[in-house]
Amino acid sequence: MDYSFTDEQEQFRSIVQRFLKEKSPTSEVRRLMETEEGYDPNVWRQLSEDLGLPAIPIPEAYGGAGFGPVELGIVMEELGRSLLCAPYFSSTVLAANAILNTAFESQKLDLLPAIASGERLATLAVTEPNGRWDAAGIECIASPTADGFQLSGTKSFVLDGCLADLLVVVARNPGSAGFEELSLFTLAGNADGVTRRALAPMDATRKLAHIEFNNAQATLLGDLGAGFAPLSKTLDQAAVALANEMVGGAQALLEAAIEYAKMRMQFGRAIGSFQAIKHKCADMLLDVELAKSAAYHAAQVASEDDPDTSALASLAKAAASDAYVRTAATCIQIHGGIGFTWDNDTHLWFKRAKSSEAFLGLPSYHRELLMQQWGG
Amino acid sequence: MADFNEENVRRDVRDWLKANWDPNAKLVDWRNKLADSGWGVPHWPVEWYGKGLPVSLGQVVDDEFARANAVGVAKTGIRMLAAATLLEHGSDFHKDRFLRRILTGEDTWCQLFSEPGSGSDLAGATTRADFDGDNWIINGQKLWTTSAHHAQFGLLLARTDWDEPKHKGLSYFVLAMEQSGVDVQPLRQMNGHASFNQVFFTDAKIPPEHLVSTEGNGWQVAMTTLAHERRGAGGLHGTSREGPRKGNIYDEERAEIATVMEPYKWYPQRAGRVDLIVERAKATGTITDSHIRQEIAKLLILSKSAEWTARRARAAQQQGRPQGPEGSLGKLAASNIARACAHVHTLITQTDVMLTGQESPLGGTIAEILVSVPATSIAGGTDEIQRNIISERVLGMPKEPRFDTGPFRDVPRNIVT
Repeated sequence: MDYSFTDEQEQFRSIVQRFLKEKSPTSEVRRLMETEEGYDPNVWRQLSEDLGLPAIPIPEAYGGAGFGPVELGIVMEELGRSLLCAPYFSSTVLAANAILNTAFESQKLDLLPAIASGERLATLAVTEPNGRWDAAGIECIASPTADGFQLSGTKSFVLDGCLADLLVVVARNPGSAGFEELSLFTLAGNADGVTRRALAPMDATRKLAHIEFNNAQATLLGDLGAGFAPLSKTLDQAAVALANEMVGGAQALLEAAIEYAKMRMQFGRAIGSFQAIKHKCADMLLDVELAKSAAYHAAQVASEDDPDTSALASLAKAAASDAYVRTAATCIQIHGGIGFTWDNDTHLWFKRAKSSEAFLGLPSYHRELLMQQWGG
Repeated sequence: MADFNEENVRRDVRDWLKANWDPNAKLVDWRNKLADSGWGVPHWPVEWYGKGLPVSLGQVVDDEFARANAVGVAKTGIRMLAAATLLEHGSDFHKDRFLRRILTGEDTWCQLFSEPGSGSDLAGATTRADFDGDNWIINGQKLWTTSAHHAQFGLLLARTDWDEPKHKGLSYFVLAMEQSGVDVQPLRQMNGHASFNQVFFTDAKIPPEHLVSTEGNGWQVAMTTLAHERRGAGGLHGTSREGPRKGNIYDEERAEIATVMEPYKWYPQRAGRVDLIVERAKATGTITDSHIRQEIAKLLILSKSAEWTARRARAAQQQGRPQGPEGSLGKLAASNIARACAHVHTLITQTDVMLTGQESPLGGTIAEILVSVPATSIAGGTDEIQRNIISERVLGMPKEPRFDTGPFRDVPRNIVT
């Protein structure tokens, strides 16, 4: 087990960091979050062509760069720090991993290269209006037809669902329930029988869709009814990626709070000289560093295909969610009144923290998953 | 001196042990032999019982001692802090007088720093040392002094000048504990143990040659002691090695370690005993309670994250990278873990938390956790001091205004009766 990044990984981080600092200042975040698509195609092209970021977790055989969860974690941490508005989580983290975990070889060869190059935007539709992240909550039905399957049902909270060219959809056999007989399907975002509607997300940097499937023709990925294991693996990988994204955001908030506390004068002294403020900052640092350790550790074990990955993914998700939300609230508190204004940037991360807290399941849900594996 | 490398050091120590190690020797005789040979503390200077070996090769020597099942010099307790401080700041007289009997274990040492009136603010010590023309005369009180009741010598921080600012009026002495002006009383803690002492000085005497470094330089010397304490905190607590260890010398060593370890037997409980949590929750049936499951998970997340954070700090250190913030957080994390443990043990133990002693859960261990955990956020620097250190040194935040920079005589302080 490594507890540090290699020099190459640190160099990679600084390249990504430099790019994002230039391309995603908060002025850009604010501009893009007001748009319908929610991203800048030019920046996405540079991020894909110059940095190759969408290719990171995809093996070279499918047009990817063949890196693992640790390098993906580095990208996610920097994306979380900069709040880049881009369909990276949906396409690279969710859809690409779902296809990798589920599809037959020929399907991977067909679908992944365009995702790796950033030309095709894809997403994964799991959750439904019931908001459940466990597979047993899936009600969407896939009925066999002469030449494939038809999907019926409703997906919600689908990340970049209105934008995606390709939808990867989790559905179940008619008459089934629980964790059995689940499968993953693909279809075009604009296919017949698909009705997409944008939801109003509290975190405007992360676009969410409500998608209705009305006998929409879809293609089965991998074997019928064998979707539970690859879906679980995909959600674990996503939890690890999200945890790393969250600690990047928390770090940005920590730095903003400290910078402000050193500069803001009240009662004739910097507020950062009051123990009431500096002790909050010390606690924030501890919170963020512990969450980083959990997120880095989860990425490391995921890269080693350790059987404990699922437990550690849940651990990291819960740790990073709680730390991010606490840090965001404290950051606002340290800013005082100005921190509650729209013009101050803190709320951008605060809202990302809140949406990330619920995305992929609340910390309490992940703590229960952890206990099921560690506590019996 | 010849160049040291792993190969020749290993060969030399192995040959020497082969020729000299005797498990039936008397412990003191053997350790005197170690002192004479330099193999007991090989990283010490050649003129003072060492071999001038680079610290990095110390492990090779340790490995060979372990391989031969050979006993080393006395290392437990405060004695190694005393030795390190005297090696750095002591005169040749001090080194000659004290170091050998530290290594042989014949002398036990204690640290006379903390006082009832100065805990976190150690430099505010008010125990006074006044020179009467022949001796330094000591009056005052020290507190939290481990081993004072059987120590021969104490490392004393005392005020010799009340007109200087507080850090500059302190001097550092070696005090002989066995004299009429020194009264040692056990200090009973809230968990019932008496691991520490209070030490009262009434015209206790210190000869002038027992001043370490110069008058007024006591704080600098004390910082050396504290730096070694922080660096080797784990090394204060000796453990016997496993293995086939029959012979007089092992019995003597075991007895020595048992004496030193006695005050620390509740320390595992002080840290909260996270290792007992899941097993206890299963045994009590509380593992099925959804609230308790959440609280257990929070504790496990905290504890594992702190463990990985410590490993990150160690990995960075081993690679020679600059220490990141993760290296300064362990103490504060340990406090949070201890508190969370006490909370979760309470949830698991339920009404039985009202009990203590043999008939209470785990023969009193759970009760001992609950009444020992409060020490964790105080001992070795309170959480509040840790947060000051983290915010000022790691985060670069401004210091609080101070009111203790003038002559110490004028600094507001506690009245200790």
